[in-house]
Amino acid sequence: MVKNKKIKNDDLDDKKRLELYNTQYLIRFSEQRAYDLFLENLVKGTSHLSLGQEAIAAGFACAMQKNDKSFCTYRGHAHTLARGASVVGVIGELMQRDCGLMRGKGGSMHLTDTSKGVMGSYAIIGAHLPMAVGSAWRAQYLGHDDVSTVFFGDGTTNIGAFHEALNYAVVYKLPVVFVCENNNYMEYTPIESITAVKNPAADRASAYGLESIIIDGNDADEVFRTAQKAYSKARAGDGPSLIECKTYRQSGHSRADPGSYRPNGELDHWKKNNDPIIRYRERLLEFGITQNVIDDIENNVKIQVDKATEEAKNSPIPPESILTTNVYDNGGWAWRN
Amino acid sequence: MAQLTYREAVAAAIAQEMERDETVAFIGEDVAKAGGVFKATVGLYDKFGPRRVIDTPISEQAILGAAMGAAMTGMRPIAEIMFSDFLAVCWDFVANEMSKSRYMSDGQLKCPLVVRTGNGGGSRFGAQHSQSIENWAMAIPGIKVVAPSTPADVKGLLAASIRDNDPVIFFEHKSLYAIKGEVPDGEHVDTLGTAKVVRKGKDATVLALALMVPRAVAAADKLMAEHGIDIEVIDVRTLVPLDMKTISSSVVKTGRIFTVEENPRLCGWGAEIVSIIVDELFWDLDGPAVRITTPHIPLPAADNLEDIAIPSVDRIFNKILEVLN
Repeated sequence: MVKNKKIKNDDLDDKKRLELYNTQYLIRFSEQRAYDLFLENLVKGTSHLSLGQEAIAAGFACAMQKNDKSFCTYRGHAHTLARGASVVGVIGELMQRDCGLMRGKGGSMHLTDTSKGVMGSYAIIGAHLPMAVGSAWRAQYLGHDDVSTVFFGDGTTNIGAFHEALNYAVVYKLPVVFVCENNNYMEYTPIESITAVKNPAADRASAYGLESIIIDGNDADEVFRTAQKAYSKARAGDGPSLIECKTYRQSGHSRADPGSYRPNGELDHWKKNNDPIIRYRERLLEFGITQNVIDDIENNVKIQVDKATEEAKNSPIPPESILTTNVYDNGGWAWRN
Repeated sequence: MAQLTYREAVAAAIAQEMERDETVAFIGEDVAKAGGVFKATVGLYDKFGPRRVIDTPISEQAILGAAMGAAMTGMRPIAEIMFSDFLAVCWDFVANEMSKSRYMSDGQLKCPLVVRTGNGGGSRFGAQHSQSIENWAMAIPGIKVVAPSTPADVKGLLAASIRDNDPVIFFEHKSLYAIKGEVPDGEHVDTLGTAKVVRKGKDATVLALALMVPRAVAAADKLMAEHGIDIEVIDVRTLVPLDMKTISSSVVKTGRIFTVEENPRLCGWGAEIVSIIVDELFWDLDGPAVRITTPHIPLPAADNLEDIAIPSVDRIFNKILEVLN
């Protein structure tokens, strides 16, 4: 088991560290913006934020090749942004505008940008795990060198598709990486109160002949290193990995959830002592990156997100003409002649 | 023309498409080395090997999910769900995933895959291995639904389904696997969304699907022989896309419409077609639209009970006679 391994932490160069910070900060700032926008009633429907979980999305995405594939849950803004999807496309989709990644037809829970390898965000728990397995089967079958990564929450480990997908991936030794973001809560219920084992993903790994891997999901460097290792293994033809990332969701489950089930002081504790952004900022300083460089990154992200927000606000709503497009391959919806 | 059984036509179609397209591969439970529990895929494993013809665990969600993930990234997989009843275990993938991903992503994702499944009654298997569920599938926007009645249609429509860029649920009728029929030599590819007039007539139109087609034809022959009633029988073949042109022009000619459906009564496929006819051709009708269906019950195992549940030649014959007289 890899757990809180003390490492010298000097194996990453500045460029990679800045990329990791930039990605984390972009997610943090965009998610905060998403929250502000739904307070303004500009983000409709529901929204599931990754505030506090940014290091996982950043660590994996920064370790991926361009042609790698990501499969996300409804909590998918972070992973979509981390792959380089357009910020206006993401914010526009949350606002259900014509400039959105899917022109408002999918909404917050279904972010997709295949041009960046984001093969969709799926809102039925567990379904995208077998899909990632299938994408990995295709890579193996056609001799492609990409790896498929599937991100899911702790709650997913109790649904059948999780177990079917793991068994299937191991049996055929497929290049897929299963990433459990254990943020302590299955929606409103503490995960340990409804799961037979302490570590919902890692403790199940041995049932599928996999190594039990638990990492600090709020340390982007550790996530990045673990991801690199899993990708090398997958690309070498040595099969899947299951990685449990310990983290904490600083926002509610969805926009409707104020998080009143949390014990007093828990949220503050995580925000103060184990926030991935604060921790990474300190690390950058520790490794000699100057405050100016950090400020530049943050300012550039703010400019980028502000610009995207304005653009999304100015974008028209989707035209009614697209209501019936793209149901079938011919572009339309006709089910009869 | 070669004589093939319905089950041999399944393997023939898959072999034909695998030979021309490297991205076609086939997965399912017991489908490879054993050739399928219905022996519909015998020989494919020997011919194409373990890379392309794959035995899977009993994991219906993983099977359909894997087919979908492969399809959206460049393959044309065929997945077998042994009995159509088992689709309920992985219905999420049919109802929520493969059918909706194209729309939700505004066309970024596509799922060119085929789900083949053994459908229908007559095998005395009881309520969980005998259902006709083509009407479940018909209710979901974004998928296509095919249910052939002859070996030639199996080959042609399965080939067309594999080449189609949308997900297709392909219902093979378990009680038809043993029937023989002529299948065109060489490459044979049919067209989805085309119904076929299988018996010409002028007095009434009878729509049927899969196992109900030969029964409707037999009833029609008997009505002609014994009462001089001339029935036109249409094999609907694909429920989505639905060939209303062929159906409507027959109804305009005969003025009467019957459906013969194996699915249980409520929301059967015929209900939708009848509603379209009533909506669009009401003034062409000379009498009520009549649906002949399995009653709204789970199917029993006992042969005498199953035989009176599913529309039989005699029941079809008697009902049409009663209504037309």
